[in-house]
Amino acid sequence: MSHVACPLFAGILDEEREFQIEDYEGALARWCSGCGDHAVLAAAQRLLRTEQLAPEKTVFVSGIGCSSRFPHYMKTYGFHGLHGRALPVATGVKLSRPELDVFVVMGDGDCCSIGAGHWIHALRYNVNMTALLLDNAIYGLTKNQTSPTTPEGHRSNTHPRGSILPSLNPLTVSLGVTNASFVAQTAEWIPAHLEATLAAAHRHPGFSFIRILQRCPEFTPHLYEGLLKDPASTELLVHDDGVNLPSLEKIYPTRTLHDPGDLARARSLAEDQGTVRLGGFFRDPSRPQYQEISRPPRRTVAQRISRLNEELDRHAV
Amino acid sequence: MASEATAGPEGTVAVAGPEAGPAVRSVREHTVEIVSDPGEGAQKCAQIFGALSAKMGNGVWTVEIIPAEIQPPPRLPDGASGNRVRIGSGPVTNWGDAANLVVAFNEQVLLRRHRLDALAPDAIVLVEDMWKDHPDEAIRTQWAEAMEELTREASYRIIPVPMEERCLTVVEETRRGKNMFALGILAWIYQRDLELVRAQIAHAFRKKSQEVYDRNVELLDLGYAWADEELDFRIHVPAAPGDEATVVMNGNQALALGAAASGMELCSMYPITPATSVSHYLAEIFESFGGRVHQAEDEIAAAGVAVGASYAGKVAFTVTSGPGVALKTEFLGLAVMAEIPMVLIDVQRGGPSTGLPTKVEQSDLLAAIFGQPGDAPKVVLAPATIEECFHSVVAARRIAEALRCLVIILSDANLATGVQPFPRPDPQEEWFGAAPDLSPVPEGALPYDWNEETGLSERIVPGRAGGMHTVTGLSHDEHSRVAYAAAIHQQSCAMRSRKLAVFQKTLRPPSLYGDEEGDLLVVGWGSTKGAIEEAVDRAREKGLQVSSTHLTFLSPLQPGLGELFGRFDRVMTVEINYSDDLDAPYIDEENRRRGQLAWLLRAQTLVDVDCWTRVYGEPLRPADILDGIRGRLKKGEGT
Repeated sequence: MSHVACPLFAGILDEEREFQIEDYEGALARWCSGCGDHAVLAAAQRLLRTEQLAPEKTVFVSGIGCSSRFPHYMKTYGFHGLHGRALPVATGVKLSRPELDVFVVMGDGDCCSIGAGHWIHALRYNVNMTALLLDNAIYGLTKNQTSPTTPEGHRSNTHPRGSILPSLNPLTVSLGVTNASFVAQTAEWIPAHLEATLAAAHRHPGFSFIRILQRCPEFTPHLYEGLLKDPASTELLVHDDGVNLPSLEKIYPTRTLHDPGDLARARSLAEDQGTVRLGGFFRDPSRPQYQEISRPPRRTVAQRISRLNEELDRHAV
Repeated sequence: MASEATAGPEGTVAVAGPEAGPAVRSVREHTVEIVSDPGEGAQKCAQIFGALSAKMGNGVWTVEIIPAEIQPPPRLPDGASGNRVRIGSGPVTNWGDAANLVVAFNEQVLLRRHRLDALAPDAIVLVEDMWKDHPDEAIRTQWAEAMEELTREASYRIIPVPMEERCLTVVEETRRGKNMFALGILAWIYQRDLELVRAQIAHAFRKKSQEVYDRNVELLDLGYAWADEELDFRIHVPAAPGDEATVVMNGNQALALGAAASGMELCSMYPITPATSVSHYLAEIFESFGGRVHQAEDEIAAAGVAVGASYAGKVAFTVTSGPGVALKTEFLGLAVMAEIPMVLIDVQRGGPSTGLPTKVEQSDLLAAIFGQPGDAPKVVLAPATIEECFHSVVAARRIAEALRCLVIILSDANLATGVQPFPRPDPQEEWFGAAPDLSPVPEGALPYDWNEETGLSERIVPGRAGGMHTVTGLSHDEHSRVAYAAAIHQQSCAMRSRKLAVFQKTLRPPSLYGDEEGDLLVVGWGSTKGAIEEAVDRAREKGLQVSSTHLTFLSPLQPGLGELFGRFDRVMTVEINYSDDLDAPYIDEENRRRGQLAWLLRAQTLVDVDCWTRVYGEPLRPADILDGIRGRLKKGEGT
């Protein structure tokens, strides 16, 4: 391995390496069987392989919750931090090391409840990273409590007679934030769509927000039963600048052409909760990205010392 | 001497004409206060006077007098805004006891300072006299009542000054002009070099137009001329300009400059008084050092961004005050658990809760050390001077990296706005640190490859080939794998704790101020050093066997404390945080809640450490500390 230890070879080796799925596989995933998280993990690993992302230059940041175990199951760098606080950590990583590929994995409690403030501001900062909301509409790790996205009337341990509030709509919230640049929705049970949406998000320059509809086999197993029984009731938003998978046409015949550049229509499509729509809602690659617009120039130690001397002279007696 | 002049009607004195010639009184030190309604510029006047005096070779310490409200109505005692500037022939280390000379823009703000015992009984008081014959009868009455109160007990020498009247000859609106007129008076009294004053005005108003500068200089000259015509005294505080290069700034500027000198490249913050001005200064200069100030959406995010940045690259820092520390608590625990090197600067203010946002307190000590759930060992240090504010940030970054740990710097509101000259730092290359190692990791390297003896391990930042792992706030083994096994948690806790012990072995015992042994040892930390040492000096002059020591490191504590304490009959901390007084109802030795350093020292040394603490929201006065010392010794009355 002595050649690997020499950084001069690192660039050459990168080109020679061809990453396989195994190169992205970390610890064995310990989610329940039937949990949507498995599908997202597989899709992420396939995306990394397709894009041939170097594992050492990729960071998965998560919060706390079932889905936040995600980084442990990847063989990239990972940061399994605090409940609700994945986005600030990911922002710090990207500000410090803009060359790294950063993914954020959050649950609905993480993103939409305890970390909701960070979610709003991350959309506005528009730091170039891919954020996944693994939304199974329930708190799973802490055993069946109502989350902000739990459907009204759904029974949980904290609302045994049914959730009493209308559920929060993560799409309209995201689309309402100034400087949001990419908002999409997909579902764990359509792997091709999930992967295509991840790819579109990853390609997008800026903060890409994907809500992934999921079932929790323990606490919300019947959440999307209707959609699974009748695929035609799912509406796919298709566009060349969004997600467009002709191969899905046979199973998902209900399709709507939607230009993700049309924010007003995106908001109106997101607002209507009578229909579940999957695909790209909004995308604007021209929005300013915080890590770029706030980036300081590089300075050598010699330059810093000279600058410090100048500054000390300003305070000289 | 001016203060010996006979009081005339209403306590004023007949001011001698120029033919008498001013009597020059030479003193080793003098304390000046300039007070006005907020917005009248007393602070600007005092800042210029302080910087100017430092430049002329005087020792200087300035303290802001901050009103309780943002924009109180005019002429309200509570609205008093300004500065105290204490200048001396030698170094000045604290704000002293009482002002010897006051310039007040109205009699109400003057009254406030009088009521706070901020003025020496023989203070010279220069007060704007436009209120005396004001068209509004209520104001005339207030003036008369104030004069009555001011002259009842004290024997101030009150000199009315026609500030408004004179300023109107130059400007149409005096609200922003009187301060420069007052500066002119002070420049005359203290014989300041007018060229330097003008240069300082130019610096202070560098963002304003030439017109503003010209008008200010005109007002300065006007005040100077008035003093020259009307006053019969001048004060001479001999200056001893040393050969050593010196800089002058306040504590928050020193923290900011220290951050720029530390090589850190990210200041992640959320606005909070009195810490924010650190980031104001950094926002001006940091970019030119290759650094960035990130204003986060909240205190928690500010900590999170610093944690993320530190994890991935160069050590980052966050700066806040007590309530912000509370919000950042969970992230601080994570930084400890995941061994992410990071720096937190806490510019302490009065608490609990929102407390006293603009005022000094030293009450975050125990929260800093013990505030996180679980065992969260970290380094906590406290600068005692403006100079130490600068160097503490450079040191903190280096300690954080060397130990792979969290370092908390405890400054406070006294240091934040206090201005003091200090030896010009000589920038060193090693202050800036190196960029993190991005080379492929050696085979078999682990993310927590703890040295079993020392607990130390090398961190592996993202980007290093072969080093992939997931850091976690959960209990983990050396592979950073989640591990709940009893032995692993016990071991990893020991490893994180061991680093502090290793670090403690590199520290020196604190130095002693005064004799090697005696009746009483005073122990302090943070911004109180100058006031404590001045009180110790006075006690020793009166024959009391008192020494003091000042702790820079609070976690881990410096070595040799037990032995040091054993050489004194009694040990007492002096702190600006709350403790029960023993003579208060219900309070006894058993239930008494003590000062925060006293808690710590008692626990660590098993010595019966006493404490004397006050939470007046202002820096401690040496005279009050001296009273505390005497009380503790239960002797010395009448000396």
